[in-house]
Amino acid sequence: MSAEVILETKNLTKLYGDFVAVDGLNLTVRRGEVFGLLGPNGAGKTTTILMLMGLTEPTDGEVRVLDLDPVRQPLSVKARVGYLPERVGFYDNLTARENLTYIARLNGLKRQEAHERVAETLAQIGLEHAADRRVGTFSRGMRQRLGVADVLIKRPQLIIMDEPTQGLDPEAAREFLDIIRRLKETGITILLSSHLLYQVQAVCDRVGLFHRGQMVLEGTVPELARQVLGGAYRIRLEAHGDDLSAVLREIPGVLAVHHDAPAIYDLEAESDLRAEAAAAVVRAGGRLFSLNIEESSLDEVYAHYFQQYQREQEEVEHAAV
Amino acid sequence: MPQSDVTREREGSPWTGLWAVVAKEMADHLTSVRMLILEVLILLTATGTVYAATQNIRNTGNDKFIFLKLFTTSQDPIPAFVGFLGFLVPLTAIALAFDAVNGEFNQRTLSRVLAQPIYRDALLFGKFLAGLFTLALVLTTIWLLIIGLGILRLGIPPSGEEVARGLWFLLLTIFYGGIWLALAMVFSIVFRQPATAALASIAVWLFFTVFWGIISDLLAQTIHPIRIGLPEEQLAQMQLALALTRISPNTLYLEAIIATLNPTIRSLGFVLPMQLQGALLGAPLPLGQSLMLSWPNLTGLVAATILLFALGYVLFQRQEVRA
Ligand SMILES: Nc1ncnc2c1ncn2[C@@H]1O[C@H](COP(=O)(O)OP(=O)(O)O)[C@@H](O)[C@H]1O
Ligand SMILES: [Mg+2]
Repeated sequence: MSAEVILETKNLTKLYGDFVAVDGLNLTVRRGEVFGLLGPNGAGKTTTILMLMGLTEPTDGEVRVLDLDPVRQPLSVKARVGYLPERVGFYDNLTARENLTYIARLNGLKRQEAHERVAETLAQIGLEHAADRRVGTFSRGMRQRLGVADVLIKRPQLIIMDEPTQGLDPEAAREFLDIIRRLKETGITILLSSHLLYQVQAVCDRVGLFHRGQMVLEGTVPELARQVLGGAYRIRLEAHGDDLSAVLREIPGVLAVHHDAPAIYDLEAESDLRAEAAAAVVRAGGRLFSLNIEESSLDEVYAHYFQQYQREQEEVEHAAV
Repeated sequence: MPQSDVTREREGSPWTGLWAVVAKEMADHLTSVRMLILEVLILLTATGTVYAATQNIRNTGNDKFIFLKLFTTSQDPIPAFVGFLGFLVPLTAIALAFDAVNGEFNQRTLSRVLAQPIYRDALLFGKFLAGLFTLALVLTTIWLLIIGLGILRLGIPPSGEEVARGLWFLLLTIFYGGIWLALAMVFSIVFRQPATAALASIAVWLFFTVFWGIISDLLAQTIHPIRIGLPEEQLAQMQLALALTRISPNTLYLEAIIATLNPTIRSLGFVLPMQLQGALLGAPLPLGQSLMLSWPNLTGLVAATILLFALGYVLFQRQEVRA
């Protein structure tokens, strides 16, 4: 938990005119982590990333990336951090190899070194068969993989990807997430943004939920679930017999029981209490038909958070009236 | 609100990565179909005009600067080579730069390139240099071709002074292209659509070629009207009109090449560009003095290029990288 801090922002703020795109962001990412910056479109994810890369100047606050200041030392930051922009583009009239060679040369690699590095990276990402094809003929999934190769050319210590799975079909998205997992195994720190929470929750060690330029929630997925949903584990059981709600509520660690349909009980629990629930049903003379655990998804966490948020907003409006 | 990198202390050289950009852009230019078409066009023009010119020169007999006449002699109905250059050079320069920056935006490659350890300075200047080098390469090739053709057709080699004047003419032509390159580049920053940028550049060229002469006359007539008909009045009006026409890069260029290619020109006073091949009497001016004569025009061309580039630089620095 106390690994070296790779990226840190303090009160990071960006205004466009009067519009607050990023509002006092505090973010810490440690070495080896995969951090997910999640939130709906327009939440301020891209703006944050541009400030991390030194491509846009912060209005206020501090940024440290690999202990460097992206505003003062943009070249050092950009030499060490790989950035895969949202809907990344390539020179369609050039081949994959030519596209990557240009990037290698911009990173100061000598001709020979650049050729070797490009070949190596293309192999790593499984695109060597298409190396000499014009990128104009590539599919969306291949382009996204080429984007990863592009980022790996400079052998980065930190990779920042903006909406990397956007526009990919489910198969391509899964392949892409596999690539991210493999990168993580090599020890690279990754920050990725997405507005499709379910796609990335599986690869992220920690996530931050973004809303209107602010990070409203931060932590591991189960942590967030506990915070927002009350229970991190949802157990659904089907049992016939008398109303078992009271019995189930008695089990230590059960936070709530919902009984909305006949014979169906939904439990919110602090831990995996399937065995205890089964025992309780049997003891009470009920007949157990099925017992399933659902881990809460980020989508749920998010939806729940927004319901709360909207309720609060409405209350504020009511109070104002 | 504008984010300018100009005022702040920055680490490293602004030109880091410049040569990588130049190499990539030049390779693009030299393999593009667009350039191929223009090269063929220039080649045809050069061969056609020079062929016609040698025909004419052989008929009219000897001259001390016979090789320079290759560039300036016209044979009805074909105008002289320099006449063609007046619009082929701007056309080529515009074709090289009208999608320089907006093309990167439209292909969504700009943020990827700027995420590499380079400054925007290197990208913009690299693109400019690549355009200029490409232009220089094409023009030098054509120049060599014309000289070669001349040697073949006329059967004599050029004199040292002719070569020197010819090279100066080449240099002037390249710098004349520089202005249009910088202009097209500015428009490629201002307009997101390459077609709009190309049209805007051509509109400016057309304005200076066709309308600016008329406008200068009209302006001169309003500012210095001829009331009584005194010679001083007429002179003042003509001088003003001339000064105004020199705002046009076309005029600057044509004046400079007249002085260079026609050694008998002694001043850049009231000589109209169209009288290029007119046989003015008098002894030819020495090389050094001809160069001195066109020197202000060259500095004018270069200064305008630098101004345009600086304008483009400022606009580009203020742009957001995201498309
Ligand atoms: N150049 C700009 N000028 C004004 N507003 C902008 C500019 N760029 C982005 N914004 C606004 O800032 C907000 C955050 O945008 P962005 O960071 O792109 O969000 P996300 O990446 O999370 O979708 C959006 O509401 C957007 O409209
Ligand atoms: Mg975005």
